[in-house]
Amino acid sequence: MSDNIDTPSTQEQPPSSAQEAETNEKAPAAPPSLIFLADRIREKFPEAVIAAKEWRGDLAVTVTREALHAICRFLRDDPEMDFDYIVHVSSVDWPDEPERFEVVYEVYSIRKRHRIRIKTRVPEHDCIVDSMTDIWRGAEFMEREVFDMMGIRFRNHPDLRRILMPDDYTEGYPLRKDFPLQGKGWRDTFEFLNDPAN
Amino acid sequence: MAHLEDQRSTVYHVDPSHPETDTLPTLRTEELLLNMGPQHPSTHGVLKVILELEGERIVKSTPVMGFLHRGVEKLAEHGTYHQFIPHTDRLDYVCAMYNNFAYCRAVEKLMGITVPDRAEYLRTIVAEVQRIIGHLFWLGTQALDIGAMTVFFYTFRDREILLDWFDELCGARLTTSWYRIGGVERDFTPELEQKIRKFLDYFPPKIDEYVVFLERNRIWLARTKGVAVISAEDALSFGLSGPTLRGSGVDYDLRKYESYGAYPRCEFSVPVGKNGDTYDRYWIRIEEMRESIKIIRQCMDQMEPGPIMADVPSVTLPPKERVFTNLESMIQQFKLFSQGFDAPVGEIYCGTEAHKGELGFYIVSTGGGRPYRLKIRAPSFIHMGAFDHMARGYMIADAITIFGTYDIVMGECDR
Repeated sequence: MSDNIDTPSTQEQPPSSAQEAETNEKAPAAPPSLIFLADRIREKFPEAVIAAKEWRGDLAVTVTREALHAICRFLRDDPEMDFDYIVHVSSVDWPDEPERFEVVYEVYSIRKRHRIRIKTRVPEHDCIVDSMTDIWRGAEFMEREVFDMMGIRFRNHPDLRRILMPDDYTEGYPLRKDFPLQGKGWRDTFEFLNDPAN
Repeated sequence: MAHLEDQRSTVYHVDPSHPETDTLPTLRTEELLLNMGPQHPSTHGVLKVILELEGERIVKSTPVMGFLHRGVEKLAEHGTYHQFIPHTDRLDYVCAMYNNFAYCRAVEKLMGITVPDRAEYLRTIVAEVQRIIGHLFWLGTQALDIGAMTVFFYTFRDREILLDWFDELCGARLTTSWYRIGGVERDFTPELEQKIRKFLDYFPPKIDEYVVFLERNRIWLARTKGVAVISAEDALSFGLSGPTLRGSGVDYDLRKYESYGAYPRCEFSVPVGKNGDTYDRYWIRIEEMRESIKIIRQCMDQMEPGPIMADVPSVTLPPKERVFTNLESMIQQFKLFSQGFDAPVGEIYCGTEAHKGELGFYIVSTGGGRPYRLKIRAPSFIHMGAFDHMARGYMIADAITIFGTYDIVMGECDR
């Protein structure tokens, strides 16, 4: 996570310069930078913003866990931000880093037509963040999925249960990086009708 | 909902003015818990909903999902970017093409690839054909579920024509995998182009035919008008998208908001409903089919011959005929499939307007040939989050209309 603010750079672009020129000619005007959104959050919550990065036209802002709820409320209620639409809630596992899990909220403003990704980090021994269900109601199911798959808990969530895995599933959280792709054996415990072994 | 609340409070009253009221035994009333699904035909797969009922009215509903969970997101972390395309077919298996499209666009955004013009047109045409197929499927099954059987045969007749094209185009009717990162797998043949043009004239009168079946059917009207109502504000807060959101009067359509493919070069309108009920969503889907025909026609007229795959050898696949005749191309293909291409470090989200709603892919890359994390924003899953809110106060039978109103497919919901 770098601290500096990147603008979309051309160095990663694999195509040759000729194709580059053609691309620019064809594409309509490049979408305006969204970095002003990050600046505004930083203005309002100077301590909370850890990093802001814009890449490929997506703006991602990393904030502290404590300020996450207040920032999300600000994002929805501030007339200049106006993020009324929740796109997805996701999570990423970085097992080698001290704050292991990353919770990602992506929101969109239908009226202003801009998009922002708010991220926060939580350590493994205390993986809990505030639920955004009271801000965007759609967060309820999305957060349940994050809990189910990654084991991150959400404070003040109305109904934090497993959603895709069975309620009595005890093998842990399948999308964590230390969970093997083949599973941990639970699915081999079922009996089948025509199984010659039985 | 106010009138529904009133009705609910009067359901169990024993008439106090009745002369024999005192002699009647006291009626014991209690809430009934009803398990609906997972083997209920109208749940379109394996969805279970626990309904708490007061008489026939739904007091609370709890969707139970995950019967079709296959861990697609986990699988994505263990394969290359190219290898994940066939997995996307199995998300929303009714509309595989659009899933391919959404995924390929996301990877192209990650890699910074621009797709050549002809490929953009081909992709847009096939995506719109797929949208028509999706809406025809929805129209037939939704009407069938709530008691109007006839239209099912008509929509499936026309859906067959389109699926046969897919068969001709890529050899499969449902699990197509025709889109490739940077372009498409193969071009239309002249015969196929002719068939498409013929269909453009054949289809619009057929839409009017379906409309006649339904809009003069009083039962169907009674079961869709004013059922599964959601306000625009609530719909946004729940993150609904596609016709489910537009039925409530929000014109959020990514084809217009963040235009992609050949859509910016086509003229079309986005139908928007007023009442936010199932009937409005039906109307939107019917109108969208007409708009799709317009888009396909414009694309067919504007399309010019040209390459169908971006020329970025480190990422895109070589044409098949070169793979069989040229050693370098064969090595290139082999390396791309076995090791993948080297993606830059970064993360992107790319949403695409599938016929159900916003289908998005969030990809985190730490370099190398495999995604570090791939998250699928599946509209069916997010729509189910609003189910309880939309079902309260309605009858049990309306629960079926509400599944239908989302156009739910469990493969996508459970992933």
